[in-house]
Amino acid sequence: MRKRFFPLIIFIGLVGLLAFGLTLNPRVVPSPLIDKPAPLFSLPQVHDAAAVIGSEQMKGKVVLLNVWASWCVSCRLEHELFVKLASSGEVPVYGLNYKDRREDAVRWLEFYGDPYIVSALDADGQVGIDFGVYGVPETFVIDGDGIIRYKHIGPIDENTLDKEIMPLVRELKGRRT
Amino acid sequence: MIPELGHFALVVAFVLCGAQAFFPLVGAVAGNRAWMDVGRFAARGQAAFLTIALACLTYSFAVSDFSVAYVAQNSNSALPMHYRISAVWGAHEGSMLLWGWILSLWTLAVTVFSRALPAQLLARVLGVMGLVSLGFLAFILTTSNPFSRLDPAMIEGRDLNPLLQDPGLIFHPPLLYLGYVGFAVGFAFAIAALLGGRLDAAWARWSRPWTLAAWSFLTLGIALGSFWAYYELGWGGWWFWDPVENASFMPWLAATALIHSSAVTEKRGVLKGWTVLLAITVFALSLLGTFLVRSGVLTSVHAFATDPSRGVFILGLLVAVIGGSLLLYAWRAVTISKSSASFAPISREGFILANNLLLFVAMATVLLGTLYPLAVDALGYGKLSVGPPYFNTVFIPLMLAVAVIIGAGVIARWRNDLAPRIGRRLRPAAVATAVVAVAAIAVTRDAPGIRAALAVSLAVWIVSSTITAMNVRFRPWSALAASLAQVPAAQWGMVIAHIGFAVSLVGIALSSLYSTETHRRMVPGDRVEVAGYAFAFTELREVDGPNYRATEAVFEVAAHGQAASVLRAQKRIYSASNMPMTEAGIDGAFTRDLYVSLGEPLEGNAWSVRLYVKPYIRWIWLGAILIAGGGFVAAFDRRYRLLARRNVVGPATEPRAMAGQ
Repeated sequence: MRKRFFPLIIFIGLVGLLAFGLTLNPRVVPSPLIDKPAPLFSLPQVHDAAAVIGSEQMKGKVVLLNVWASWCVSCRLEHELFVKLASSGEVPVYGLNYKDRREDAVRWLEFYGDPYIVSALDADGQVGIDFGVYGVPETFVIDGDGIIRYKHIGPIDENTLDKEIMPLVRELKGRRT
Repeated sequence: MIPELGHFALVVAFVLCGAQAFFPLVGAVAGNRAWMDVGRFAARGQAAFLTIALACLTYSFAVSDFSVAYVAQNSNSALPMHYRISAVWGAHEGSMLLWGWILSLWTLAVTVFSRALPAQLLARVLGVMGLVSLGFLAFILTTSNPFSRLDPAMIEGRDLNPLLQDPGLIFHPPLLYLGYVGFAVGFAFAIAALLGGRLDAAWARWSRPWTLAAWSFLTLGIALGSFWAYYELGWGGWWFWDPVENASFMPWLAATALIHSSAVTEKRGVLKGWTVLLAITVFALSLLGTFLVRSGVLTSVHAFATDPSRGVFILGLLVAVIGGSLLLYAWRAVTISKSSASFAPISREGFILANNLLLFVAMATVLLGTLYPLAVDALGYGKLSVGPPYFNTVFIPLMLAVAVIIGAGVIARWRNDLAPRIGRRLRPAAVATAVVAVAAIAVTRDAPGIRAALAVSLAVWIVSSTITAMNVRFRPWSALAASLAQVPAAQWGMVIAHIGFAVSLVGIALSSLYSTETHRRMVPGDRVEVAGYAFAFTELREVDGPNYRATEAVFEVAAHGQAASVLRAQKRIYSASNMPMTEAGIDGAFTRDLYVSLGEPLEGNAWSVRLYVKPYIRWIWLGAILIAGGGFVAAFDRRYRLLARRNVVGPATEPRAMAGQ
């Protein structure tokens, strides 16, 4: 009567396979851009159409690049944090204004405050695509060599900023000196 | 406040569930009647509190309380009310709550309709269902709490996935879950019988209506899902052999085998071990389906919420529930008394067993195809996916064999029959089939024509043999009504479901063999001819929806110079998520569907447009509705209700006079 155990044996094999499958592919798919050079770009500035801002200007220092838009509601959630961060001066924050209109973007910054050293105007979203922008807002940490070290999708909160982003920024700064 | 109330109700339900699992199971062993009775009240309480929890979550959606994380992620203040309600089960946490709630409803139904069962058996059934529910509620409370708050609250919600903003989604998951979860009842009966060591024909009869009802719900759920994919995904397909579709199809195939084998067990008291094993398998596959969808082990378009800790939990649950059951089976199977009854190879039982083997093999091939990529990955040979060619190659021949066997199976007598007698009774059906086959080949005369003729004649074979089996007297005409009235509900159910299978068969074959599609660049004013239909692109305009903006293309379709219909295909951009969605323009009719879907905007005013003419495609879902309808009719057969009233303790003692001869 060994055959009574067949279903159980088959099931155990199946469970083994499924358990192995769980360990196999990490669910948190990291952005393929992490630890890769940030895409090079050069865009007009939001406040000054004649001036450009791009990879060149951000080079040589650890920076945050925040993707934002005036039409993005959840950007308002995180915006206050950036304003606070900018006033502390601990790390320069650059903006990538994504698929927006210049007038709207300027008015939005006037209303909510402008934490950005400079914001780039990516009206058609081409640079956003190069950065693999998935939804607005997104925040990248880029080191002095222009390598993307971290990416956060969605609005950042105090916890993420204090526990993840700032320690990383400090570590990257320390590495250079 | 309301979300906290919901969370509290969930905790109370969890506690009641513990009582529902513990007291009846222990009481049944100890013979303590009072403890056994706890099960019924605990089950009802659990259902009440889960209803409160679900109502609280629904309320949070209705008032757009974006301080609840789950609401904020899956709703939006611009979302219309009916989608806010269906958004409750639009993602992982809510659908798990729906799962638990539906399980509590099935349990409630058992306490209401099975009062006539022996107290010990009922206690064990409720106890086992309580254990299953306990596992799921623990899963919800520890890994997937839908009532978690967000601090600070979101100002606006992220919106429900636009793919899910469709009437199909309102009903698809609940129907599917009614099916999946309903199999827990048959499973609980099987475990209760193994625990009690009494596995007899009565057991099969008690659990059969539950399995039939669950199977019918699952049939509807799968059909609705397939219909939804057809009109919402925009590429005209209706089945993709996607892992998640397979996850719902495998329990369906196993349950189809189960409702046939349990008919044998009920009627003849044989195949008991096999029926029990199938009941366990069906529920195991339902849980496996949940695991596959929720764990992210397999990549699929449906895997909207994947989280490794959830995967580990469900795998643990699977091991506890199914591993435990199979261990119990291995341990107690010896106690399944060898039936004194037997049957010859040529008999109703023989044919049903053959059908069971085919269905089981079909299920195993789907399982293999679904898990093979995982196995290959596990062995380190890289990633691959198993596509429709594999499934179609192995699956279609198996189903054709099932279709052939149905004819003989419905005619054969129980226990022992003679091939010549079956042949004689099948002669009219065989003649009808042959005539249709010859006619079909003569009309079409091409390669797809042979296949279409095969499918259509098999459908005629199923329908004509099934009707023969009804033993209806056509002459004199006055006797027709009387003889129809004598057919029991169970047999009507069988007839309707088998006809449904034939109808689906025709729909699948003709729509896949004769669909015509064209893909081209069009500007307003263009005309295209597809399979005799002239599609004129007349207008392109902007349309505003409640939470989206759309570009709408209007097509006027004419057949043979006569205006046939007007189709409106849309490309929508949902404002909150910025996600584009295709809304196909479809004109459905009994014998053909006209289908237009917009691709990408091209330069100027041009669009890439896909146009389809799909003959008989609606028959696929019409057949599924008939199959499910047949299952419901059979579930409501009089003898199950009589049984509920009479307290039958021994094995069933009314062996004949029902379905069949």
